[in-house]
Amino acid sequence: MQLTFTEKHTPHVGLCIDVNKHLYTAQSAFQRIDVLESPEFGRILVLDGILMLTEKDEFIYHEMIVHVPMAVHPAARRVLVIGGGDGGAVRELCKYDAVERIDLVEIDAQVVEVCREYLPAVSQSFSDPRVNVRYEDGLKYVRRCSDLYDIIVVDSTDPFGPGEGLFTKEFYGNCFKALKEDGILVNQHENPFYPDDAAAVRRIHKQIVLSFPLSRLYQAHIPTYPSGHWLFGFSSKKYHPVQHLNADRWNALNIKTRYYNTNLHKAAFALPTYVEELIKGVE
Amino acid sequence: MEILDQTKAPLLEALRSLRASRVVPFDVPGHKQGRGNPELTAFLGRQCMEADVNSQKPLDNLCHPVSVIREAEMLAAQAFGAAHAFFMVGGTTSAVQSMILSVVRRGDEIILPRNVHRSVIGALILCGAVPVYVNPQTDKRLGISLGMSVADVKDAIETHPNAKAVLVNNPTYYGVCSNIREIVRLAHEKGMKVLADEAHGAHFYFGEGLPVSAMAAGADMAAISMHKSGGSLTQSSLMVIGPGVSEGYVRKVINLTQTTSASYLLMVSLDISRKNLATRGREIFAKVQELAQYARDEINDIGDYYAYSRELNNGDTIYDFDPTKLSIHTLDIGLAGVEVYDILRDEYDIQVEFGDVANILAYISVGDRERDIERLVSALAEIRRLYKRSRAGMMAMEYINPEVVVSPQEAFYAETEALPIERSAGHICAESVMCYPPGIPILAPGERITPDIIRYIRYMKEKGGSLTGLEDINIEYIKVLKGGSPCS
Repeated sequence: MQLTFTEKHTPHVGLCIDVNKHLYTAQSAFQRIDVLESPEFGRILVLDGILMLTEKDEFIYHEMIVHVPMAVHPAARRVLVIGGGDGGAVRELCKYDAVERIDLVEIDAQVVEVCREYLPAVSQSFSDPRVNVRYEDGLKYVRRCSDLYDIIVVDSTDPFGPGEGLFTKEFYGNCFKALKEDGILVNQHENPFYPDDAAAVRRIHKQIVLSFPLSRLYQAHIPTYPSGHWLFGFSSKKYHPVQHLNADRWNALNIKTRYYNTNLHKAAFALPTYVEELIKGVE
Repeated sequence: MEILDQTKAPLLEALRSLRASRVVPFDVPGHKQGRGNPELTAFLGRQCMEADVNSQKPLDNLCHPVSVIREAEMLAAQAFGAAHAFFMVGGTTSAVQSMILSVVRRGDEIILPRNVHRSVIGALILCGAVPVYVNPQTDKRLGISLGMSVADVKDAIETHPNAKAVLVNNPTYYGVCSNIREIVRLAHEKGMKVLADEAHGAHFYFGEGLPVSAMAAGADMAAISMHKSGGSLTQSSLMVIGPGVSEGYVRKVINLTQTTSASYLLMVSLDISRKNLATRGREIFAKVQELAQYARDEINDIGDYYAYSRELNNGDTIYDFDPTKLSIHTLDIGLAGVEVYDILRDEYDIQVEFGDVANILAYISVGDRERDIERLVSALAEIRRLYKRSRAGMMAMEYINPEVVVSPQEAFYAETEALPIERSAGHICAESVMCYPPGIPILAPGERITPDIIRYIRYMKEKGGSLTGLEDINIEYIKVLKGGSPCS
């Protein structure tokens, strides 16, 4: 029997992954949640039909969304993760002894439950005592915070659906307010290749630039995401993502990673010409 | 009376069976189920085009309904607690005007609050009735006009005992209700009809814990915007009447001005929406109230904004307040409502219903989601963080008591001349001047122009308010009655 999961990346392009077993399916209050098991990518988390992560390549995304800001900020102690119900970003953050408190604000409790059960390698750090999970709308949560966090990681779904509010000017403005005076905001920033997504990249970047004095994009290669070329946003009140990188300090921490290293950190901010041109108009 | 089954939708059923019957159309509309206009069909969808049909045997005729439209109107009447309901396809403007044309004739007096919709002034021009305005008191802090006080209505009824009718906004755009039950009692005592403009009150008939509806209060006629809180298509509306009004006469009046090619898209949307409201209205408006209250609590928590509700009730000019309305006073962050309206639209991609000098109104309905409310609240919090300034120099709207010299119709059709607005004081105006938002008349035809009015027009022009109604698009000249003496 042939069982295949297909995610359409555009109306005319799709990624097909053979599936051994459909481990879980349910409709939560916010979205449909599926967990699949595949021969090539291991277990796969799918929300509303869109692939969120696979066991095989999730390390790339989670390392890049966490270690880049952590290697720049000299003393991050309090971190907020918005979204990230799979626990991958929290797992990377827990590798830092200096981090004292991690608040994770996820709208859908069922995602966390499912990931704890079916994706233990990703969600393992939910049991770390520094981690506090709250189930509410991230937009609502940050509205009430002020001068509180060193780093905010926005690990959201796409700009359509329950995560929509996390791609708005009001959200980025509220994040600015929730960060300390030298705080950093990192967000997943979609792919710059397919036209609809490229338009989203521009729109998101424009909103962030209006709220933060410094805002740069960086990239990673993620095989299962549309086009395989993924962007992240680095926005900050004070630190420059490359000039303030303290490679020696980070390397001395001896944190084990498989994708991230401090050389790649610098290179990740060097963007292809077409991406530079894409965002030039909105900066 | 036989209790009708509100889960039925006769027009929907008729259109469904028409679709299934595959009749060959040799009648209008000429697009012939969309085939003749592929671009429009691609945009609106085939299903929509197929339902855009003309009156025919199985579909009844709105001008003289005897079958499915009549059944649908009877269902609507029962759902709204009325003796009869008329499907209207020219918007609530047409419903309001037909209502007025049904009860007053040339020279008759009609008592109404000044904050009537422009459609009311239009009806007066058409029929020649004379307005007797009641000052809707103004809330000084919020800068909004309120309902009519019962004492003022009583006074108007006593000084104009020959008036034929009293018109009541139920509620105003902002959600303010007058004591309509008591007004009905006073008016009926003197044999006057009570007409209700319920453009913003369709939900009163179905939700729990909402202000009283016109029909429940004993009013004689009401114009109800189904397309606002009722969920039907834009421009579809209802007019309902009580037992003391002749259905046949009202139908005749409606047919004076209503199209003979009534849109079945609009009518079927009325039929389906009525069914939806009658069967699910209670839960829908409980949800809407809950969303609006949540938004109010969160917005009031931000600071400086004031999202108001029933705490304003004062037993008279704010007899009740519609808790589904999210009206927000913005002056304490130092911004006019219209400025907040613009910032929300231009910078946050959030469209609210309107902004006036001191308030914005966000329209909450069954279509809203919690996360959209979060966006609105967060954007307002951001606007306060980024734009808050002192409120010095802001001026709230003042009520200007109109002096009606001749009837609107007489003034509208009189010999006129154009004068620069600044030199028009003392003359009798031949045009309407409105400011959008909120669309309440500053001047109506037949009223004396005063220095206060000229000052107010100048202020609204400076503030960038959109002034409408004048022939002169640059708002510099105003038409006045020829030979009118500038001294009163």
